[in-house]
Amino acid sequence: MSAAAFDMGALGALLRMAAGLALCPLLLGVINRVKAKFAGRQGQPLLQTYYELAKLLRKGAVFSTTTSWIFGLGPAAGLACGLCALALVPLGGQPGLFSFEGDLFLFAGLYSLGRFLTATAALDTGSSFEGMGASREMQFAVPAELALILGFVALSQATGEYSLAGILGRLDLARWQACGPVLALTAAALFLVLLAETCRIPVDDPNTHLELTMIHEVMVLDHGGPDLAFIVYGQALKMWTLGAVLAGLVIPARGDGAADVLLGAVWGVVGIFGLAVVIGIVESSMARLRLLLVPRLLVGATALSGLALILLLR
Amino acid sequence: MPARWTILAPAAAGAAAFVIPDNRTRRGLLVATAVTHLALTLLAFRAPARPFFDGALLLDDPGRLFLLATSVLFIAAAFYTMGYLKREASGSRPDMVEGRLFSNSPEARFTGCILLFLAAMSFVCLAQNLGLLWVGVEATTLASAPLVYFHRHHRSLEATWKYLLLCSVGIALALFGTYMLALSGGGEVSLGLPALMAAGPTLNPVLLKAAFVFLLVGYGTKMGLAPLHTWLPDVYSESPSVVALLSTSLLNVSFLAILRVRQVLCAAGQADFGNDLLVFLGLTSMGWAAIFLLRQTDYKRLLAYSSVEHMGILAFGAGIGGTGMFGALLHLFAHGVAKGAMFLLAGNVLAAYMTKNVSGVRGLVRALPYSGPLWVAGVLALVGMPPFGAFVSELTILRAALAGGRYTLAGIFLLLLSVAFIGITTACLRMAQGTRAQAASQTGGQFHSPAERQTGQSFAPREAWSAVLPPLALIACALLLGLYHPARLAEVMVSAARITGGF
Amino acid sequence: MLSLVELILVGLVLTNLVLLGTSRIGLCIRMVAFQGVGLALLPLLGHEGLEPEALAISGATALLKGWIFPLLLFRSLESAHVRAEVEPYVGYSNSLLFGVAALAVSVWLGGRVPVPDPGVPSLLTPVAFFTILVGLFGIVTRRKAVSQVVGYLVLENGIFAFGAVALRKAQLLVEMGILLDVFVAVFVMGIAIFRINREFDHIDADRLASLKE
Repeated sequence: MSAAAFDMGALGALLRMAAGLALCPLLLGVINRVKAKFAGRQGQPLLQTYYELAKLLRKGAVFSTTTSWIFGLGPAAGLACGLCALALVPLGGQPGLFSFEGDLFLFAGLYSLGRFLTATAALDTGSSFEGMGASREMQFAVPAELALILGFVALSQATGEYSLAGILGRLDLARWQACGPVLALTAAALFLVLLAETCRIPVDDPNTHLELTMIHEVMVLDHGGPDLAFIVYGQALKMWTLGAVLAGLVIPARGDGAADVLLGAVWGVVGIFGLAVVIGIVESSMARLRLLLVPRLLVGATALSGLALILLLR
Repeated sequence: MPARWTILAPAAAGAAAFVIPDNRTRRGLLVATAVTHLALTLLAFRAPARPFFDGALLLDDPGRLFLLATSVLFIAAAFYTMGYLKREASGSRPDMVEGRLFSNSPEARFTGCILLFLAAMSFVCLAQNLGLLWVGVEATTLASAPLVYFHRHHRSLEATWKYLLLCSVGIALALFGTYMLALSGGGEVSLGLPALMAAGPTLNPVLLKAAFVFLLVGYGTKMGLAPLHTWLPDVYSESPSVVALLSTSLLNVSFLAILRVRQVLCAAGQADFGNDLLVFLGLTSMGWAAIFLLRQTDYKRLLAYSSVEHMGILAFGAGIGGTGMFGALLHLFAHGVAKGAMFLLAGNVLAAYMTKNVSGVRGLVRALPYSGPLWVAGVLALVGMPPFGAFVSELTILRAALAGGRYTLAGIFLLLLSVAFIGITTACLRMAQGTRAQAASQTGGQFHSPAERQTGQSFAPREAWSAVLPPLALIACALLLGLYHPARLAEVMVSAARITGGF
Repeated sequence: MLSLVELILVGLVLTNLVLLGTSRIGLCIRMVAFQGVGLALLPLLGHEGLEPEALAISGATALLKGWIFPLLLFRSLESAHVRAEVEPYVGYSNSLLFGVAALAVSVWLGGRVPVPDPGVPSLLTPVAFFTILVGLFGIVTRRKAVSQVVGYLVLENGIFAFGAVALRKAQLLVEMGILLDVFVAVFVMGIAIFRINREFDHIDADRLASLKE
């Protein structure tokens, strides 16, 4: 690859990353607006999350004496994981800032690491509520991670590529025509994983104020100020990155020319926001599942990914 | 042309039995059909075989043998049923185990289903097309299900449910095997036995082996091979003794189905695969049954597990091949008549003692002057004492195993036979010894029969000839099989062994 | 692009997974009906023209599996006044995991048992094995008698799918055999369930355990 092309590639990737950094809080605003419209309300301003983040960054934080340095490490490291994932993820068929073979597993691993650190910080507080939330979160993570990994393996088997950029770059209309049902099954599984990772209904209710029904919210109950800002922003980043993968899977607009690249990026962003709207609709039309049924839903997602993989291997 | 009437006559009689209103006429019809069926079967031994129904039905030598076995058991059953139905009280009465009220199914349904059952079994014996064979075995399941539910209480309902479910699953798996068999011929070969055997070497071996496995599992369920035999003890203990006797011939007929499939396998050169599977399943059945025989407390279930064991012996003999196949066919007869006699006698014992427990029955020989000694003779015939037929057949199978150099298998065979022997004889002979008073004191209860309750005297039932003559005849057959084989029968058995043994 | 036959087979697999994971008996019965109707299309897809025999088989299968059997099963549920839960011995998540494992095993086995006819999709044998395994699993691990009948129907669906696709050239006797088998077996089983309702006040096959050893 010539130096110029490389520069263009790197510049483009940086621009896409910047777009992600800037736009991801807007996703939460879109979801809230959709839910409000369904409920017949006016709803929060679309930019509410930005105002919240700004407010939180200005505030101070109170740390309990039972906590240790891990409590402070959790949010910051979680944000770092989210940023690394953002650097990996392709948008609209174009590669992210870094891309190498096997980066799928790094992607899934970054999610796991972030979750692990959040859960450890929660356990560090010594509060039983937070411990309960951490245990629930970890329990749901097991089938969700399995579904994610199997889905990625199915995608790499379908396209013959082993890096995220390669996979999403190859998913054009022809590929959809060749193995449509497999890709559809994987998309369904990844959507369920997205709901689980970003703690949305039917897995977790982000608006509940009852600690006993919370999963993610209760883990971060004791964080305040900049730590809470990092956590909220990290959640938004998670939604953006996984949403980018899913949008790239579902919208097969690819091309090589400059105009196509731009169009692809636009389609990618549109796709992610479309996904946010869909999440909002799902949240408005369902209640959260009983805690006993959530693992079954996620095992169902694993079964879907497994089925997609098996269909490919025949 | 007598062969086709072995199917049509019972079928017509069965249909008629549903509509005949008078009990005595119906019972007479039952006995008449049984006699006709036996006569036709014996005639078929003389007449040469002629195919009909487009070559799909033909009475060849294996078919003749199995048909004879079925017919002999059926005629004994028919005579016994005549008296049994007369003795069975109508209306609801208390159950002897739990004391709840129950009633019987209508007699017409019982008689009709028995006759249709015979028709279906004859159909299987005649079938030369594996698809028709499957239809016949399916028909036997459906015809026999209402028979199990004759006494309408919840235990027999439970037994009927288990029977239906397990046998339907087995039949479904056998159908899948039949499909794979049809496919192994490339979809061009029909399911007719001669066509399949002629096309033997060209059949796809993988599909053929897979088909055999499914067919063995499916028909093995009907035959009572472990581990799919779990319906057997429940059905045999909860249904009337006659039904248990007829189920014995059902087990035989399912064995024929397995042998037919093995014929195809041998024609394709895959005989070793089939034989190994049969030997394995045979020994497993014998072992499983032997374990459950050792401390059995219900004598009908004891006889049921003994059936499982003997089916294992049949499978083992068939798997050994050569003279072992001849031994298996002889054992089919010997076991069939001995077991049939035992079930009828068990019915007599049940009617007299009103209990199904081994410990509740003592002093059979003294209390029942005809059934008691017959019971002892039957036990000896069943476990393979000389001079009864089972001894000869088991010895033949053992010798075949030793001649083939399979010493370990022969050793296991002997060991399991001994364990089963111990289990059966300790229970059954103890029932025959002693006096009746000992049984009463063990159960700590009273005499149950209404006659005793009324008079308070000691027990001296009158035994109807219809309850004694059939078991006597069957045990005489068992004795005959051990001492002398009529020439024609021996000829047919050797020829059948050659055809089904596949060597 | 997958042919229509392969799409039906994938639908069969998905409905099997739903059957394994759901706790509502009503949904189980509807899924089996759905499977039956989908499979009823299979005899029509093999032949170049629409032969009247194939149409008859198709229609009869759709009627039986899609309407009559569910009707019988729902009737027996009503008359028993049972709770509409499946009540299995093996939990739902474990059942789903078993399903995925069974699918993997079926694919492996199916790969070793080839279907010689090139017009038959290679997905057929694995899906047939998988459906049979799911049916057997349903019979063994479910407590209620109705669930066991549903498991049996799934087993029959698997066998029917195999026969309808692989044996297109063979006689009709085979298809008729299966219809007869299912019809009479379920009819007789339905009667048995009705009687079970009357004898006991439940259709809990787990409590049909008084005959032991």
